[in-house]
Amino acid sequence: MHEFDWSSIPGSLPFLWQGMLVSLKITGVAVVFGIVWGTVLAMARLSSIKPLAWLAAGYVNLFRAVPLVMVLLWFFLIVPQLLESLLGMPAGTDMRMSSAITGFALFEAAYYSEIIRAGIQSVSKGQMAAASALGMSYGQSMRLVVLPQAFRNMVPLLLTQGIILFQDTSLVYVSALADFFGAAYKVGDRDGRLVEMLLFAGAVYFVLCFVASQLVRHYQKKLKTA
Amino acid sequence: MAHHLELEGIIQRYGKHTVVNGVDFRVDAGSIACLLGPSGCGKTTLLRCIAGFEEIAAGEIRVEGRTVSRAGFRVPPEHRRIGMVFQDYALFPHLTVTENIGFGLRGTRAAERGTRVDELLATVGLGGQGGKYPHELSGGQQQRVALARALAPRPQLILLDEPFSNLDVDLRERLSHEVRDILKSQGITAVLVTHDQNEAFAMADEIGVMADGLIQQWDTPYNLYHRPANRFVADFVGQGVFLPGMVIDGHCVEVELGRLESKVPLECGQGCGTCGKGCGVEVLLRPDDIVHDDRSGLKAEVLHKAFRGADILYTLRLTSGAEVLSLVPSHHNHALGERIGIKLDVDHVVAFKTPTRAFPPRGVTPVAPVHFSQ
Repeated sequence: MHEFDWSSIPGSLPFLWQGMLVSLKITGVAVVFGIVWGTVLAMARLSSIKPLAWLAAGYVNLFRAVPLVMVLLWFFLIVPQLLESLLGMPAGTDMRMSSAITGFALFEAAYYSEIIRAGIQSVSKGQMAAASALGMSYGQSMRLVVLPQAFRNMVPLLLTQGIILFQDTSLVYVSALADFFGAAYKVGDRDGRLVEMLLFAGAVYFVLCFVASQLVRHYQKKLKTA
Repeated sequence: MAHHLELEGIIQRYGKHTVVNGVDFRVDAGSIACLLGPSGCGKTTLLRCIAGFEEIAAGEIRVEGRTVSRAGFRVPPEHRRIGMVFQDYALFPHLTVTENIGFGLRGTRAAERGTRVDELLATVGLGGQGGKYPHELSGGQQQRVALARALAPRPQLILLDEPFSNLDVDLRERLSHEVRDILKSQGITAVLVTHDQNEAFAMADEIGVMADGLIQQWDTPYNLYHRPANRFVADFVGQGVFLPGMVIDGHCVEVELGRLESKVPLECGQGCGTCGKGCGVEVLLRPDDIVHDDRSGLKAEVLHKAFRGADILYTLRLTSGAEVLSLVPSHHNHALGERIGIKLDVDHVVAFKTPTRAFPPRGVTPVAPVHFSQ
């Protein structure tokens, strides 16, 4: 039987906290950029300008068809070298953080764009028709009638996707970036208490994500009854 | 009076399927017209063409003399100044009643907008409810908001797509009279689309009965019921059965129940120059054409009865086996199987030449009508 020894946790809490901040930072920035870029992609995909719609569809399908870990590796290995040669940045600049954020944002935007596209399409066509019968242009109808309703409908899905993204940030360990998971792994490795640290990290992820998804569910219920 | 809305030779296709196949009609300013027909007859498509949501394949639509649609040209809906009330109301769920009604007034000064919205809330009987959201209102109230919203920008023409189909029967009737009064008091031209003839009768000054993308008859409600232009209209508007009959002379036609006399000579429809003695016809008998009379020697067996409160609609079997309908005051309560006395009380004789095929499918090229006037 494995003898559990949790003694390395208290001392490493400040280090783990630093890791958590990294995870949250990646999540937060990637969610914001993912939603902005995802909205642009969704609008492009619904556009009547065909080439624009095809480009957006190609982008979305590409990113949804490759593993996240691979995208992250591309950004760790290829992009920094590209930037070094293009912008003449000194070799060895630590760009792991910005590479990670860029990778996540571009990858998640593909998923967000699908959520946002579905959100826009969930608003009945009659709403657009009603707005134009009242004298509104396409842009006005979209801004005043469709988007406010679409956004309201999709907030729970966007939040849920954010929770998934938070879990996925643990994949940055491939670049040895010390996010929460990476930090826990390092501590466990150092003290020879890997099992305990991974169980502890798992428990923390579980509690955070479970509580967050319960909050989303609560919000969703409130939305439905309202 | 000027024609407010004119449609000429409208054709609309979806792919190879022709939905509207050459429709002409005109609506006078201030008049309420209705397109009545079964689902799939093209009436809603026609309404969407008038509103500007769809391009037309051929023909021309004019509003106040201005061309708004023809093949390859379409004024977009937002520039037509046409109000529209949608079947599902399409109220904006994220806006209050006041904001919904005021939506089409963006660009006018806030004070002016407020006055107009209050005025409309009063018109539709929703004073003091402006702060509510659409989901807090009943179906009938939502319908009123939809009407007020469409009226707010003071359109000269308003289109109503099955506006009462989501309401229960009582409310439907009350509201259709109310809406008619509101439209009439504001002198607005309106086109209504419905499959419900009671709604059409309650609302409209004139009705176009549609089938297969064509207007079968454009007429007053009274004439549609009493002088249907073809079998389809006779069948679709009101209840009734066709009994085979024989023309006796230019004034008289004989059916199983007796002879129907007409003072005015028979007006033969086009393509029929031979109607005279011996010609076979089908005579339309409405439920109110057959009156219950205990003293009558003419008897018929009660096959089916539908109690409707004030009256009972009996389905009766004649000696020949033919079935007719009879509307009888409900205190004349008879059991199934009973033989009751009936007599004919026909005001207008409507007869059609017996079609070569026993029953033409609904909506096919109509058989020329033969009219007897009373």
